[in-house]
Amino acid sequence: MSITQDFNTSLKAVFGQIFGDDVTSPKIRRLSGGASQETWHVSRGDKRAILRRAPNGVSRARSSAAIGLAKEAQLIEAAREAGIPVPEVLHVLTPPDGLGDGFLMSHISGETIARPILRDEQFASAREALAQQCGHALAGIHCIPTTTLPDLPESGGLQQLSQYEAIYRGFGVSRPVFELAIAFLQDTAPTAAPLVLVHGDFRLGNLMVNESGLAAILDWELAHLGDPREDLAWICVNSWRFGQTQNRVGGFGQIEDFLAAYHEAGGAAFTPKDIDWWEMLGSLKWGIMCMIMYEAFRSGADPSVERAAIGRRVSETEMDLLNLLEAHNA
Amino acid sequence: MHNQPSVAELLQAVKSFIDETATPNLSGHAAFHARVASNVLGTALRDLADRPANDSAERGRLVALLTSLPEADLDSLNEILCQKIRNRELSSESPGLLNHLKQTTMAQLRVDQPHYSGLRTAENAGD
Repeated sequence: MSITQDFNTSLKAVFGQIFGDDVTSPKIRRLSGGASQETWHVSRGDKRAILRRAPNGVSRARSSAAIGLAKEAQLIEAAREAGIPVPEVLHVLTPPDGLGDGFLMSHISGETIARPILRDEQFASAREALAQQCGHALAGIHCIPTTTLPDLPESGGLQQLSQYEAIYRGFGVSRPVFELAIAFLQDTAPTAAPLVLVHGDFRLGNLMVNESGLAAILDWELAHLGDPREDLAWICVNSWRFGQTQNRVGGFGQIEDFLAAYHEAGGAAFTPKDIDWWEMLGSLKWGIMCMIMYEAFRSGADPSVERAAIGRRVSETEMDLLNLLEAHNA
Repeated sequence: MHNQPSVAELLQAVKSFIDETATPNLSGHAAFHARVASNVLGTALRDLADRPANDSAERGRLVALLTSLPEADLDSLNEILCQKIRNRELSSESPGLLNHLKQTTMAQLRVDQPHYSGLRTAENAGD
């Protein structure tokens, strides 16, 4: 049998375990794939599931911070118990399944792509509701008792700063804007807040949005124990406003509404100014991530035009960093 | 060496082929990568046109800012600037530094991603 046939047969068997065996084979459709995780849509009639697994089933962490798919499934279950909108984990793959590392979860309808969410009439009410819903959801995540969670890496603001600084230094290029941002962040670091469960990549693209707003929080791969302001600020990073710069929260909402909803749902009381340092750290991190992706092209590991092109997006984050520094000085 | 067509003309010809002929016949990942490829050629064309003037302006500002020898090359000047920032000899409050970096980055973005929202923000902040 070919690899594709093996995959289809194995997936059909797992699907049968979840929904009951049937002579009809489920329809299998690939949703996305490539350097990060593969996503597959599996359906038979109204029975639908999403398979999220490592590329070709082989786990190779996309970043040293990634926690692995089995742990990701555990976190999604913990979030679900806490009433956070997430998919239901239907099955965590084991070696006898023959599909590699990953899990199956319930299918949730909606849109993840930022552009339609921020522009289409269909999502007008969703945009009104999202800042509040995101504030509530993040408070819920940050309030989950960390003692109930699997072992997770700990990573605070200054740790991340030095980790990304080391990656940048490793490239051996001179980018004065990054130097200035690193020095500024080192010299103005806020006192660390108590560690909470941090999603780590909370922004449009990883949120399933339907016409009433937030339907599910996806992609828990970068979750860790950290400072709650990291999640609150990451969605404010200008790169994640997708052109709608005037709306600091994800391109759709105002920071005051977002932080008020966060506090109302049990999160700590933060002011917009408390988010500034973390937003700057976020822009710096994204800029260095773009350099990492370009490095995959430069080294020959991923020769695609997309990886080459991303090297010319580093300047976007340099511009954002300068705008933030200028606003700080004003 | 002959220069007809020029490098810019050659790149423009390939970009037009991608936009007008190839992309309409592609779908899915291939169409996505074709659009990326077209944008990359746009950046390459702008880089060819703007780099000499941009590099010369950047070098001129660095020589003034660092009171360096006028013949220093751009890479060494930027390395010296990085060292001075690391050593805290220069900060975001040092006269001229933020302005220099802003001019340099705006010029870079007009080549790399001229539609990026942060460029509008920088332009509207008014220098």
